[in-house]
Amino acid sequence: MSHRTRQLRVSSLARVEGEGALRIVVADGHVEDAQLEIYEPPRFFEAFLRGRAFREAVDITSRICGICPVAYQTSAWNAIEDAWQVPVDDRISALRRLLYCGEWISSHALHIYLLHAPDFLGYPDAVALARDQRPTVERGLALKKAGNAILELVGGRAIHPVNPRVGGFHRAPTAAELAPLAERLRHALDDALTTVRWVAGFDFPELQLDCELAAVHHPGHYAIEQGDLVTTTRSSFPRRDFLEHVTERQVPHSTALYAELDGRRYLTGPLARYSLNFAQLSPLARDAAAAAGLEATCGNPFRSIVVRAVETVYAVEEALRIIGSYDRPDPPAADPTPGAGIGHGVSEAPRGLLYHRYELDAEGVIRDATIIPPTSQNQAAIENDLRRIVSANLGLEDAALTSLCERTIRNYDPCISCSAHFLDLTVEHR
Amino acid sequence: MPSLAVWKFASCDGCQLTLLDCEDELLTLAGQVTIAHFLEASSQVLPGPYDVSLVEGSITTPADAERIRQVREQSRVLVTIGACATAGGIQALRNFADVEQFRSVVYARPEYIETLATSTPIAAHVPVDFELRGCPIDKRQLLEVISAFLAGRKPDIPDTSVCTECKRRGLTCVMVADGTPCLGPVTHAGCGALCPAVARGCYGCFGPMTGANLPALTGQLRRLGMDDTAVGRVFATFNVTAFREADNEPPH
Repeated sequence: MSHRTRQLRVSSLARVEGEGALRIVVADGHVEDAQLEIYEPPRFFEAFLRGRAFREAVDITSRICGICPVAYQTSAWNAIEDAWQVPVDDRISALRRLLYCGEWISSHALHIYLLHAPDFLGYPDAVALARDQRPTVERGLALKKAGNAILELVGGRAIHPVNPRVGGFHRAPTAAELAPLAERLRHALDDALTTVRWVAGFDFPELQLDCELAAVHHPGHYAIEQGDLVTTTRSSFPRRDFLEHVTERQVPHSTALYAELDGRRYLTGPLARYSLNFAQLSPLARDAAAAAGLEATCGNPFRSIVVRAVETVYAVEEALRIIGSYDRPDPPAADPTPGAGIGHGVSEAPRGLLYHRYELDAEGVIRDATIIPPTSQNQAAIENDLRRIVSANLGLEDAALTSLCERTIRNYDPCISCSAHFLDLTVEHR
Repeated sequence: MPSLAVWKFASCDGCQLTLLDCEDELLTLAGQVTIAHFLEASSQVLPGPYDVSLVEGSITTPADAERIRQVREQSRVLVTIGACATAGGIQALRNFADVEQFRSVVYARPEYIETLATSTPIAAHVPVDFELRGCPIDKRQLLEVISAFLAGRKPDIPDTSVCTECKRRGLTCVMVADGTPCLGPVTHAGCGALCPAVARGCYGCFGPMTGANLPALTGQLRRLGMDDTAVGRVFATFNVTAFREADNEPPH
């Protein structure tokens, strides 16, 4: 019997955030193993959070990820405020949601236009795309800039915002300061709707998810900045039970930890949020989704770019709604009273669910911290997709198969820096 | 066209994202330089040598200590961007702790993880032509540094304190007026006094300015009611190694 050996290697996966590698073993036409190797150097955040003051958690955990700092800040204050049951004014909650909408718009526009669309259109990057379709790339950059404008105005800075704190903000912007933002966002809404129509016309390879989905759910609105958990098979569970359902284990090929939900692989992020919380999207976002050919759930990871575009429409609308009914919180922050306790915080980073847990002492010093980022929760589902996409496309030439594998990973907008952890693709056929 | 390369070591990606955050300038810049290596943004990788390399992140593994030497060999000008690359970053807190203990706090099977006991700035490993400060860097400063090196001139990056930027913006001093502890008097300028603008004290993202008078500020922080632990913490963040070094130098 012939014994076929083929080896493919990409020394570095591009257009993802962070560093990793991919290794695929195909033995006699059968995919034996598909590993997303994450070798981003570990930075030990959970260790050095011990002994820090509670107020520092927002500034320190922000530095885990330059792409989604608001997600880290939010899950941190959610957890600390949960531990002490800090009453937070609705006006502060609205301002926090506005800030987070800024991060969704900016991060989704970055991924759609600069990282993901070049895959569908056959370009190495957005700069090359701009040589042929400059107005398109300019539209993406304008959309991204609108998100950053929110982050800068409300957060004080686009990357690692300085204004948020446990309890609220150092200073709440005035209504007059927010007004010019609304004008910019009205243009952004047109750009976001055009984006949905643009990406809907791409060609999508066939692939259907076969794992459970998990997302934050909030009874009042499409969950972004707070809520509890909802999954496809188990109706829902409170955030304080997160670690009873999600367990992390370490594998030799990764500096990220693998997470499992009740012992099974699962997926968080845009596809999960959309499929689980569809009814809470705005009518405009739902109509845009329908016009783009999406149903009330979406299980094709390659179509995640359309879902991100729909979520961008929603985030822009939400930002406009919040600015339209803005009532400046005074004082800008609740004053927390420290006490010994444990708190749990979740929020929806653009790429998926982010959980924080802190154990605090009577003085408000952090005694223990656990952080479960989106990419470690999604890693097993990504590897499963790789296994299936390689199995279904073994007839492809090495270069085409490699490229399809890279696209499969980019469908998830993985943030490898967050998960601790970049990509080097090795496909070994033997 | 001159070539630009962007490299990542241990970091959060935020400083290289700053380049993509130059929404109004990115396409113009791409018309003036060849972006030859920028993995976060492009799957096209062109071979070196490179005219200007921007390096983000700190050195925390034996493999990265070797990789930075290769980057240096391929780069005519090497600019480090951000607190991780210029000072070791927040992950340099390990330099003052037991790394074995850190590893076991985060990882159940610490033997799988290869890591150095220290997180060190790029300049501790290879010669660096310019260090751009910040956690994260400021995009106007980044554009100034790229423009300067492409034009073959020295970047115009003032080495003064955040106080000078704060005064220039006409902000009220949060320390004098409100008694809010602020690291502005010792912190390298560059952010544009973002924190005082939101009624918050500076927390030192840009690290110490040259000749920072740390003893004088420490005395002031104590007068504002901070104890030794609290004072220790405010300097032990993203630029911990740089503030420790500045503390050991006599003020100018």
